[in-house]
Amino acid sequence: MGRVEGKVAFITGAARGQGRSHALRLAQEGADIIAIDICEAVPENSYPQATEEDLAETVRQVEALDRRIIATKADVRDFAQLKKAMDAGVAELGRLDIVCANAGIGGTPNRAEDIPEDEWTNMVDINLSGVWRTAKAAIPHLKAGGRGGSIILTSSDAGLFAYQNIAHYVSAKHGVVGLMRTLALELAPDMIRVNSIHPTTVDTPMVQNEGTYKLFRPDLEHPTKDDFAAAAVGMNALPIPWVEAVDISNAVLFFASDESRYVTGVPLPVDAGAAIK
Amino acid sequence: MGRLDGKVAFITGAARGQGRSHALRLAQEGADIIAIDIVDQMDTVPYGMAKPEDLAETVRQIEALDRRIIATKADVRDFEAVKAALDDGVAQLGKLDIVSANAGIFSFGAMEELTDAEWDELQDVNLKGVWHTAKAAIPHLRANGGGSMILTSSSAGVKAVQNIGHYVAAKHGVIGLMRSLALELAPDMIRVNTVNPTSVDTDMIQNSATYELFAPDLPEEERTKDVLGERFKTLNALPIPWVEAVDISNAVLFLASDEARYITGVVFPVDAGQLIK
Repeated sequence: MGRVEGKVAFITGAARGQGRSHALRLAQEGADIIAIDICEAVPENSYPQATEEDLAETVRQVEALDRRIIATKADVRDFAQLKKAMDAGVAELGRLDIVCANAGIGGTPNRAEDIPEDEWTNMVDINLSGVWRTAKAAIPHLKAGGRGGSIILTSSDAGLFAYQNIAHYVSAKHGVVGLMRTLALELAPDMIRVNSIHPTTVDTPMVQNEGTYKLFRPDLEHPTKDDFAAAAVGMNALPIPWVEAVDISNAVLFFASDESRYVTGVPLPVDAGAAIK
Repeated sequence: MGRLDGKVAFITGAARGQGRSHALRLAQEGADIIAIDIVDQMDTVPYGMAKPEDLAETVRQIEALDRRIIATKADVRDFEAVKAALDDGVAQLGKLDIVSANAGIFSFGAMEELTDAEWDELQDVNLKGVWHTAKAAIPHLRANGGGSMILTSSSAGVKAVQNIGHYVAAKHGVIGLMRSLALELAPDMIRVNTVNPTSVDTDMIQNSATYELFAPDLPEEERTKDVLGERFKTLNALPIPWVEAVDISNAVLFLASDEARYITGVVFPVDAGQLIK
């Protein structure tokens, strides 16, 4: 008996990285999946975005677990697209229990005074407003189910404290905590729980790219993964450079399952102790 | 395959309530248990504390799950007694992976009315006893090459409630202790986190003394569990009066398991949204 057997989960940014990992972990424990991803390049992002092939691979892997998945190319900046994908998925799979607002970008590092206007706007539109739109599209379905539900918002350690050179990312991720607390209060009477997860560095394409390497190793012209690891380990209390996507997925699974039936309004770091260092 | 197969857990205050529940939940997932409890009455505690037959019942229930348990009468205020019980348990069960510092007491009074005896006894159990538990466990966890400590704090460890100032101070102190332990032990891959419950449906709150604290305006015969439930409900965001012991145990299980292998230094509320209300 899986820990989320019979439940349906909606996941944004599900083509690869943490989003795909969440889809697989929840499917392993019995959930069916409604997945969306933009599957195209976001302007001024310093690393390549997921593709339609990536989303197709998520579908293949979930189906290999004998679970159902409805995957749609959709952008969290466009409420109509998001709502259409969610409504279609719920119509097909019959219910909605779990929401993972995971879609996010890393952006391009800059000092606060040098961030271009359009990059600021785009960052907040995806990493904060996109999370709000995801919740907004999901709430009617969760309420209609009458069984409560669990919304898990992906924030970051950058939602709890600042890192230099990513003011737009830090601001958006702090905003996710405020959104989480407000949603948790507003939805508590309906037994809909809302929590946020705060990863340290995760070993995914958003982090493992030359843009991030240079952010952490400005001293090197062409920093490698090992050069980055040497700097990343210094941010964590545990002696590891980063966590794996599955570590975030296991926290998502806990929040999604009935084992956390009375946990709401909680910012949960999965951060190797970075926040206390 | 249990989520804690092959692991050994040390639990204080294991004779009944949350401690017994933790022992059972961890044993269900494959852990063997080292249990202690004072199983005696303390002078300033205004409700009946656990008895030797309660600890014997915990032993019976663990053995019914086909797990091993070494249970000893020991007081967390007495470091030598804690150490002797733990050392003996580790000698018999072979190792130590998990520590649940759960033992705690409750009493109440306005700040200007609390006696030295009430203040001191509560600090000695609820804060110093947690430190004793950690201190006795650290050498065994180091020898084990890592581990997970879960300290039981409270929503009163983050936010004050009136008329229990000594409890609020002690439970805030547990968070400071947790963060210090998490930093000091991170290089050894020993993780330390707190769980922070709202009201839990155990003997520590379901007693006439606690009912008087919550309903001083009502005559004693009108202080029923249902009436008190309505008062307790006002503390929480979710529309429930209290959580069950198993809800705390499920959080302890998550933090104890390898699913939380990179989670350390975290305050983990299981509080029906009390802290955001």
